[in-house]
Amino acid sequence: MKKKEVTVKVTDVGMRFNLSQEKVDNLKEYIIKRITNQLRFNEFWALRDINFEIHKGERLGVLGLNGSGKSTLLKIVSGVLKPTNGTVMTKGKVAPLLELGAGFTPEYTGRENIYLYGAMLGYPKELLDERFDEIVDFSELGEFIDVPIKNYSSGMKARLGFSVATIVEPDILILDEVLSVGDKKFKRKSERKVMNMFDKGVTVLFVSHSLEQVMRICDKAIILDGGHIVAKGNVEKVAKIYRNMTE
Amino acid sequence: MSRIKTNLTNFKKYRFLLYELVKKNIKLKYRRSYLGILWTLIEPLLTMIVLSVVFGVFFNKGDKQWPVYILTGRLLYSFFSSGTKTALRSVSGSASMIKKVYVPKYMYVISNIISNFIIFLISLIILVIVAAVLDVQPTIYLLGAIVPLIILFFITSGVGMILATLNVFFRDIDYIWQVVSMLISYTCAIFYPTERLLKSGYAFVLDFNPVYMCIANFRNTVLYGKPLDMQYVLVSSIIGVVVLLVGIVLFYKKQDKFILYL
Ligand SMILES: Nc1ncnc2c1ncn2[C@@H]1O[C@H](COP(=O)(O)OP(=O)(O)OP(=O)(O)O)[C@@H](O)[C@H]1O
Ligand SMILES: [Mg+2]
Repeated sequence: MKKKEVTVKVTDVGMRFNLSQEKVDNLKEYIIKRITNQLRFNEFWALRDINFEIHKGERLGVLGLNGSGKSTLLKIVSGVLKPTNGTVMTKGKVAPLLELGAGFTPEYTGRENIYLYGAMLGYPKELLDERFDEIVDFSELGEFIDVPIKNYSSGMKARLGFSVATIVEPDILILDEVLSVGDKKFKRKSERKVMNMFDKGVTVLFVSHSLEQVMRICDKAIILDGGHIVAKGNVEKVAKIYRNMTE
Repeated sequence: MSRIKTNLTNFKKYRFLLYELVKKNIKLKYRRSYLGILWTLIEPLLTMIVLSVVFGVFFNKGDKQWPVYILTGRLLYSFFSSGTKTALRSVSGSASMIKKVYVPKYMYVISNIISNFIIFLISLIILVIVAAVLDVQPTIYLLGAIVPLIILFFITSGVGMILATLNVFFRDIDYIWQVVSMLISYTCAIFYPTERLLKSGYAFVLDFNPVYMCIANFRNTVLYGKPLDMQYVLVSSIIGVVVLLVGIVLFYKKQDKFILYL
């Protein structure tokens, strides 16, 4: 079988955070500490030497305990975070679904937020006009669409976020624990929508704490532990290792 | 060169976002206020009346067009002051968005400058009305009024970029800037005649204040029917370009670190 083209390539990526207990965020403190030489940087590498590539149509699950760096990795691939070192190459349109609905403007209504959030995702106005009804339908918000978002429940926000983010068929779909939002009915519906995209050959980067969901959705997987990749390969093989790790 | 090109295609991609952000800033500013956008007209009118009455007692020697003098100064200064103030908070105030979706971050700053500029342009309606009522005759020089406005736009954008960057790292910039912009307002000759300052021996501050230069040139063309003061045009536009370049360079150097401090 002919090898498919690489759509995500992560090379030597490292991410360093500054975890100072007392974050110096005002000028006076900064100057005093600078003069008295007390500026301490508590450096912390959330990711180190990360290397992998995903071929077109592959679905990579990212496993790992809390704080192992999964969300950090997904943020780097989606361009929100810039890695301290290393490079990330992506080919095609990326749709990042990270903490859905967190980018909404609370005072804005659902309707207004569809356009604003859509614009943030880089969608043109015509597309949003055209697909507006579809977004509202899928989110099942009904007449709540003209209510300010601050009056929504978190599930309602997540549903709207999911509906907006998935109107285009992306080449690369990045999912950080988002298929676990909403009630059971919506969960099933959103999973079906994502599965539909899979059939069309989208490349997926998927984080979930549900091992059986990862096994259902992904064909490849990696395990992160303390910011390092400790295992990668076929999802069955990796899942077995992960099960041993967590038990 | 290729960096400029990718920046341009990126800008095209996010043009609609810029429009949406500008719309949001204006909408949210007046949402839930009964008179809504009418406030852009009422507010400068009210301050003009108060300042004309209060300071007219001290400074005005029978000049009928004195309120226009005050109004022009106030309108231009308040574009500068609210533009820089909202730009200052634009990045730190968009933390939740910046952490979730990649968007060129200068969009947050520029959208605030543009929305304040639009509000400023709307508020010019009140200037037209007041000028007509007080019988200010428009001349051909009125066309030159666009020049100080463009220069002021650049100055405000540059200062806004610098403040937005600094405020991510040092949250007390907000308070410092409130004091500084108050000091700037005192040296803009908004509610006193320029001659007062010239006579007082502090005239040199006017030579360092590009905002004042824009106000003075705006008055020349709108109120006095005079041509632009070319020295002021030159100095204020040099300052504007320098400030804008510093702002852009600083912003671009630091923008990847923003997210770590939000
Ligand atoms: N902005 C930040 N500043 C400092 N440290 C951070 C920042 N973001 C993440 N970290 C640290 O990086 C590490 C990895 O975090 P990350 O959110 O990637 O974990 P995760 O694998 O997604 O965990 P979870 O399963 O809980 O979602 C954590 O130790 C966290 O404290
Ligand atoms: Mg996470």
